[in-house]
Amino acid sequence: MPATVDAPADAPLLQVRDLRTWFLTDAGPVRAVDGVSFDLHRGETLGIVGESGSGKSVCAKSIMRLLDEPARIVEGTILFRGRDLAHLDEEGIRAVRGREIAMVFQDPMTSLNPVLRIARQLVEAMTAHGRFTVAAARTRAIDLLRRMGVSAPERAVQSYPHQFSGGMRQRVMLAMGFSNEPSLLIADEPTTALDVTIQAQILDLLRELNADYGTAVILISHDLGVIANVCARVLVMYAGEVVEEGAPEDLLTDPRHPYTWALLHAAPRLDAETEDRRLVTIEGQPPDPRAWPEGCRFRARCPFAVGKCAEHPALLPVGPGRATRCWVTQDGGPLHPPGRVSAQAAPATTAHPAPLLQVEDVQKHFALPSDGLFAPHRLLRAVDGVSLQVMRGETVGLVGESGCGKSTLARLVTRLYEPTGGRIVFDGHDITHASQADIRPLRRRMQMIFQDPYASLNPRMSVGEILAGPLKLHGIVAGDAAARTRVRELLDLVGLPARNAERFPHEFSGGQRQRISIARALAVGPDFVVADEPISALDVNIQAQIINLMVDLQERLGLTYLFIAHDLAVVRHICDRIVVLYLGKVMEVARAADLFARPLHPYTRTLISAAPVPDPRVERTRRRVPMKGEPPSAISPPSGCRFRTRCPVAEAHCAAEEPPLMAMAGGQMVACHFPGRI
Amino acid sequence: MSGIAQRIVVPVVASPSRRWLRRYGLAAAGAAIIVAWLLLAIFAPWAAPYDPNFVDVAGRLKPPSSVHWLGTDALGRDVASRIIYGARISLLVGFTVVLIGGLFGTLLGGAAAYMRGWAEEALMRLTDLVFCFPPIILAMAIAAALGIGTGNTMIAMLVVWWPKFSRLARSLVITQRSLEYVEAAQTIGFGPAHILLRQILPNAVGPLIVLVTLDLGNAILVFAGLSFLGLGVVPPTAEWGAMVAEGRELVQQWWVATFPGIAILSVVMGFNFVGDGLRDWLDPHARNR
Repeated sequence: MPATVDAPADAPLLQVRDLRTWFLTDAGPVRAVDGVSFDLHRGETLGIVGESGSGKSVCAKSIMRLLDEPARIVEGTILFRGRDLAHLDEEGIRAVRGREIAMVFQDPMTSLNPVLRIARQLVEAMTAHGRFTVAAARTRAIDLLRRMGVSAPERAVQSYPHQFSGGMRQRVMLAMGFSNEPSLLIADEPTTALDVTIQAQILDLLRELNADYGTAVILISHDLGVIANVCARVLVMYAGEVVEEGAPEDLLTDPRHPYTWALLHAAPRLDAETEDRRLVTIEGQPPDPRAWPEGCRFRARCPFAVGKCAEHPALLPVGPGRATRCWVTQDGGPLHPPGRVSAQAAPATTAHPAPLLQVEDVQKHFALPSDGLFAPHRLLRAVDGVSLQVMRGETVGLVGESGCGKSTLARLVTRLYEPTGGRIVFDGHDITHASQADIRPLRRRMQMIFQDPYASLNPRMSVGEILAGPLKLHGIVAGDAAARTRVRELLDLVGLPARNAERFPHEFSGGQRQRISIARALAVGPDFVVADEPISALDVNIQAQIINLMVDLQERLGLTYLFIAHDLAVVRHICDRIVVLYLGKVMEVARAADLFARPLHPYTRTLISAAPVPDPRVERTRRRVPMKGEPPSAISPPSGCRFRTRCPVAEAHCAAEEPPLMAMAGGQMVACHFPGRI
Repeated sequence: MSGIAQRIVVPVVASPSRRWLRRYGLAAAGAAIIVAWLLLAIFAPWAAPYDPNFVDVAGRLKPPSSVHWLGTDALGRDVASRIIYGARISLLVGFTVVLIGGLFGTLLGGAAAYMRGWAEEALMRLTDLVFCFPPIILAMAIAAALGIGTGNTMIAMLVVWWPKFSRLARSLVITQRSLEYVEAAQTIGFGPAHILLRQILPNAVGPLIVLVTLDLGNAILVFAGLSFLGLGVVPPTAEWGAMVAEGRELVQQWWVATFPGIAILSVVMGFNFVGDGLRDWLDPHARNR
């Protein structure tokens, strides 16, 4: 231990007081973090939750002083073991970084140096602070990787980062973070870029490391489930401030700030049965950080706001270990649960027996560049024999980890790609190998919504041009005036003011862009819409708004959806039937409620168990089925059952014979030799 | 809350006009130079004090004076007038070569990148072939084969000029092609020509404009080089490269070669300043600094 001026043993490890980090831009100060105070004790796990722009990442970077111009800590203190990090000189802060406070970032793909071997990066991290010799650091690097769950660490340290998957790199990052035995680890969205099964592994690891080494952890996430899973205390941030603080047991079951309340109710729950597919959302956008509103910053969007909210509330205690920045709950009263919008007699949407889309044993193999001049081309079997049906008026969900082929399947169905084999029939038309010209008339009936709202709209075209293009191409309207009228109707349909037609995509937020993207898909009046992860790039509240919009549109226009997502709770919430994909094959097909009530395939079972629930009490009672390892490569998939390499119940038979997709009771279908064994 | 905003002293950054000057000052200077040369070229008959081809053997190799501001050459022709008329040819050749070469190269490279497959492969190998030779040597060889003359030299330059635009357009289209708005246009049913010309190329135009601007100076330089080597213009046409060539052995009469050289230098620098400024302006990262 270095000679630090340690305060009494019970003093907090980290004391942040009235921290303000502003971006001093040409257009005036952006008050990203605006008065944050909190304590963190030794070995404690603290979660910081909030939507993008709430200041949670800037807060973490301020502690590490990883701020680039024009960001600056303009006020406040960050007391860490008797030193004020906010006012430490460069040399002083460098001694703290990595040695006493370590940080793990969101994107494991870019946070490791691609041209250096893992060993070199780990060794440098340790020798930089002069605590280890190179030889000692090397041995320790191997031990640490083993501790982080990297198999064959002796070989792994010789690898380059690109040879590792995202989950493995995050393990390396954690090894690097723990290499100097820091007393605080800051993890900024460490699992956001990972699949849910890998996320569960990393969160387990974080919990174990916290318990074994006694390292305090600050975990930043937008996902209440992740926070509830790891943290003993939670801060909720909104508009640069902490708005609520407390233990997850209290905060997530009885929120005392309307924003926490809104966050909690906007996310669909894996463990909750709902009649209505609409979610509770709050209106409007987060305020502008250049000019926070007077009074309570949440007031404009708050469903509980009262007259007193014109005055800015302080973070005041409302119970043991709890505090909230709200006038409404100051008297100790809870916030009432949301009044459900009465489910308007939803027409029995489902069950027209005629399939609108029929996919039979469809395959898509991509040829990869060969290793040498004479080496044979390798094939990436992205989709390898998938059959499914989508009935008129229903919503079919497609779930699986990244690389399972769900996005490829979406592009096969919409014929952006041509299948390598199999058959695709859309409403009686065989479109398997139809040319783009032949398929053009069908494009009016079959549309797609894309994942990335920042890439799916042409930045050089105004919203009006984006929406009028399809109308003119298909001759839906005659003349410019009619097109303008229709564009206004479309914007109105997706809940955007009509005057937006003149504006360009960059002027809109992610959620608004996704509405424009939906309007574009609806412009041609389709009856079938493929939605490829339409909400995964959005904040929780915006996700709920988009889900509500899609549900509304389905009822009003009688749409049929093929909904692709990796978030099981979302899929469960809005889908009638769910298809589970793994490595290009269908593992299980079932009605949504059945799939979650009794999953028959071990893969489905592990997927469900890996998804976190934002309620620590429920978390404790859930049965966990850990998934081993990482998904194998689709270039050389395992023999027999593709899931067998990670399956907890696999037997020798599974490697020899591939299980067919068998029909079970209640219309459930499963491809497993031992359905329901786990 | 406004109380806090007042209490915290926000450091004052440079005033907007100072910042503008720091960022775009050179570009503005470059633009001024280019505009000045364009005006001189367009209004050459009025701007030039003498007929550029008027031979006055008695007044040959006169140093700069109030009569001949930049002196006279070996045939007694006024250097200033010849430089002003020379701007016409230099700018005309520069713009023609870069705009035609740029348009042709961009369309070819863009279409190849969008179609992929063998078309892309064939085009890239063709550009490799052109890139194998130093551009000025290849242009010299072609110009010499075609015969001396401004038109032939321009054709020679076009042959070596388009590949770099093809390369750049290809890489730009490949980046855009993978974005979801292109897939969205395909799902709506737009054809390849519409998607390439109306959707992708407008998004790729920024770097192309920068390359065009930076390249204008380069083209003028190469053309002057070819003329210097005796390939560009037919004598007695006034042209900067040829004028430098005529003056290169007149060590005592420095003004004959120096002033056309300065003219070349100023135009090339002008285009480079404008190109750099455009690049900064189009790059959102550099812009917010």
